[in-house]
Amino acid sequence: MLSKKLRWKLLMTALGWAVALVIAFPVCWLVLTSFKSETEAISRIPHLFFHATLESYIVVQERTTYFHFAWNSVVVAIGSTILALAAAIPCSYAMAFMPTKRTRDTLLWMLSTKMMPSVGVLVPIYLIYRETDLLDTRTGLLLINALLNLPIVVWMLYTFFKEVPREVLEAARMDGASPLRELYDLLLPLAMPGIVSTSLLAIILAWNEAFWSLTLTAAKAAPLTAFIASFSSPEGLFYSKLSAASTMAIAPIVILGWLSQKQLVRGLTFGAVK
Amino acid sequence: MSRRETLSRSALKLPAIVSLFIWSVIPLLMTLWFSFRRYNLMEPDRTGFDGFGNYRYLLSDPSLAMAIGNTVLLVASVLVITVGLGTLLAVLYDQVFFGRGIARVLVLAPFFIMPTVSALIWKNMMMHPDYGFIAFLMRSVGLKPIDWFAVAPLTSIIIIVSWQWLPFAVLTLLTSVQSLDSERKEAARMDGAGPVAIFRYILLPHLGRAISATVMIETIFLLGIFAEIYVTTSGGPGFASTNLSFLIYRYALLEYDVGGASVAGLVAIVLANILAFFLMRSFARNLDL
Repeated sequence: MLSKKLRWKLLMTALGWAVALVIAFPVCWLVLTSFKSETEAISRIPHLFFHATLESYIVVQERTTYFHFAWNSVVVAIGSTILALAAAIPCSYAMAFMPTKRTRDTLLWMLSTKMMPSVGVLVPIYLIYRETDLLDTRTGLLLINALLNLPIVVWMLYTFFKEVPREVLEAARMDGASPLRELYDLLLPLAMPGIVSTSLLAIILAWNEAFWSLTLTAAKAAPLTAFIASFSSPEGLFYSKLSAASTMAIAPIVILGWLSQKQLVRGLTFGAVK
Repeated sequence: MSRRETLSRSALKLPAIVSLFIWSVIPLLMTLWFSFRRYNLMEPDRTGFDGFGNYRYLLSDPSLAMAIGNTVLLVASVLVITVGLGTLLAVLYDQVFFGRGIARVLVLAPFFIMPTVSALIWKNMMMHPDYGFIAFLMRSVGLKPIDWFAVAPLTSIIIIVSWQWLPFAVLTLLTSVQSLDSERKEAARMDGAGPVAIFRYILLPHLGRAISATVMIETIFLLGIFAEIYVTTSGGPGFASTNLSFLIYRYALLEYDVGGASVAGLVAIVLANILAFFLMRSFARNLDL
């Protein structure tokens, strides 16, 4: 006879795993399909057992310009994150350590800019980009992503900076350190874990951003989101090749996401949930 | 605080504040300006003021009402599904069981998948009437598979988007469940409270903060759902799965009607602001800044 406690644990194990597998199933299926041959991939009766082959990955590398789009994604995601950090670090530092009566309003105002729907301003941005030759350039997409993520980056850094003891910084100021020295020599090393997770989140958001990628870029500067979307009808690329390209597009970001999941909660809820 | 310090404080904040200010004000003013003008990228000669012409045209276009309805329905359904299911799953994944860490990681996966890829997975591998896994399941129990995107386009989009956002709700709510003081639960149990009573009177009130944060963040992102529609139904059939984002895209980049798109853009901004007003108020109360 099993003890009541163990029975409960077994029941929870079964339930927890069943739910997890159902939710993750579409992703697992995508990855499985990418290792199938084309005939197995497009069968009406799903093949759970098959001869795994890397053929699709090889074909994707040879025949498409996957790496051109992947490079665009890398440049835009990392570039926009660096740009957003450059503006956000001094701002969050000032708000966290030299707060004024208006700091709270400023923070809420910044968040409210996130509420502005992207589509509402699609037309002007499109026209400005057309006039300034920024359409279909990596620079253009990088700028947009930096601005889109700036409020979230400021908030995240603000919540992390708030946790650094003020006394440490005040002691340095007493010794005559300027605010900039204080920032670079003391705060940045102390808050490094927070800055890293903020960067990871900004990279994930920019990597997955789809609206502006689809509307502002074409062949030249399109990142992976737009590249994958171009296969919305499967004729262009067959199932297993499409799956291989998709798997390569999501793998790095899923791994980054898993690494930063704990901080992600705090970041995305702006410190309301810890 | 000395004058020098005040100056350096402002200088530090300036880049972020100025760029966000420009980003939020200039496009908005331009949208407003274009909304009163005759402006079609295909007909560069027809320009000039049109008064409320665009407004009259758009507000009498039944597709706008449909797009607003679809937007509201999409956001509301996904919120109810993700927060409702998310609360139950948060309680489930708070239990101690074998391999809990890996199970949690699996649950989170959909959140990190780019929207275009998740739309393609669902379109080709899950909901496809011939090759989709759901069709296979339906056939194997003797049912006739349905063509999801033709028969129930908006429902299909709601399913896909809920799948993507459920992990986020689980993650935030689980974090909140875990921060609940176990002594309070213990004390309630000692007083004879059953699991349902503990859930209702201790856990749910504790989750209030996390739920309001989840609702706010999800609303911000759900109002702008675009790629899922773009890849799967292109807003169709007809306007059955067109939301405001997709309607504006249709006006602006498929029909090149800048004036009409600008009016629709303003409608989207007004709608978002009404929602934002209520959300921000309840959210700000839940923050200790």
